[in-house]
Amino acid sequence: MARYESLIDALGDTPLVGLPHLSPRWEGERPVRLWAKLEDRNPTGSIKDRAALAMILAAEADGRLTPGCTILEPTSGNTGISLAMVAKLRGYGLVCVMPENTSIERRQLLEMFGARIISSPAAGGSNQAVATAKQLAEQYPDWVMLYQYGNPANAQAHYEGTGPELLRDLPTITHFVAGLGTTGTLMGTGRYLREKVPDIAIIAAEPRYGELVYGLRNIDEGFVPELYDNSVLTSRFSVTSYDALRRTRDLIEQEGIFAGISTGAILHAALSVAERVDAAGGQADVAFVVADGGWKYLSTGAYAGSLQQAAERLEGQLWA
Amino acid sequence: MAIEVKIPTILRTYTGGAKSVDGSGSTLSALIDNLDGAHPGLKGRLITDEGSLHRFVNVYVNDEDVRFTGSLDTTLNDGDSVTILPAVAGGQ
Repeated sequence: MARYESLIDALGDTPLVGLPHLSPRWEGERPVRLWAKLEDRNPTGSIKDRAALAMILAAEADGRLTPGCTILEPTSGNTGISLAMVAKLRGYGLVCVMPENTSIERRQLLEMFGARIISSPAAGGSNQAVATAKQLAEQYPDWVMLYQYGNPANAQAHYEGTGPELLRDLPTITHFVAGLGTTGTLMGTGRYLREKVPDIAIIAAEPRYGELVYGLRNIDEGFVPELYDNSVLTSRFSVTSYDALRRTRDLIEQEGIFAGISTGAILHAALSVAERVDAAGGQADVAFVVADGGWKYLSTGAYAGSLQQAAERLEGQLWA
Repeated sequence: MAIEVKIPTILRTYTGGAKSVDGSGSTLSALIDNLDGAHPGLKGRLITDEGSLHRFVNVYVNDEDVRFTGSLDTTLNDGDSVTILPAVAGGQ
């Protein structure tokens, strides 16, 4: 059944597609296969629709959100776009605190959905956006900050949605790989899959940015999301812009999938673990997340020119 | 045995501004001791008084987070690349 009462109802149940060309060994006695979960097929084109809807429903249920309320959120883009869509359909205002060094497409989309954008300085990246949003929350106590980094509904959306969908579509799953940002996807999906498949490996890929983004004044200004629980993960990779871009292009060239840059980072980690399994003579079904499509990153130059040129253009940009 | 260690901006006061330095050691713990000899004070910024990695410091050996590979006991080999970064907010 592919008929829905409204756009929100069309959320989730995204396709899981095989990568016969990029997998180390697609067929044969001990296959090592990669599977992409196409989260760009959600209503606003990213995995963040899941968390956004879940956080809004939870806030309505506990009475924090009432008709006409204004929602406040620090976001470098996708969560903001998802919140803007749900907020529009359910009658809320939205204020997004967004770092300056994010792509123009994201700003235009947010503005079109009617969100207000407050810019935070490029230096310090999302760290600074979180700090600015927390200050605003104090200044405007009637605004409701859903706070994706610490909101249990973010992880719960994946515990109830992404995890069960993956297990239904790939009962032989051995590895799950996703991006590490708010950590909601990995915590929720990881917990669900670990309960059902105790030996499963849960692997995080985090973006490694240019120095600007790590420009803290001192180490105690560092940040670990409240949702993060080390024990859910089995390994965690830091992926450079160059490697992320390289894999984004591999995905188009070999499998026809046009994904955003963070998906390249996730694929890079997925291939690392798949190649290790293959080298050790094992078999595996590795599922990874395509977090969004490449459309919102065209203006960054990520898909034009040589890899080296593209990576240089991304220096200082928040691409995940 | 030379291991390249990338130093984040925030800790370069200890390395005379150098973005990367060479160190040696067969484990991460030994490497940090070795680095502290050449760059006194660095260890105190990475390791807590209780002897574990600082909560807001991430260390990667060949791009893999050491908290999942044995933490300070992670073994090192010649030619490995070690990256130190402060933990900052990511996500969309």
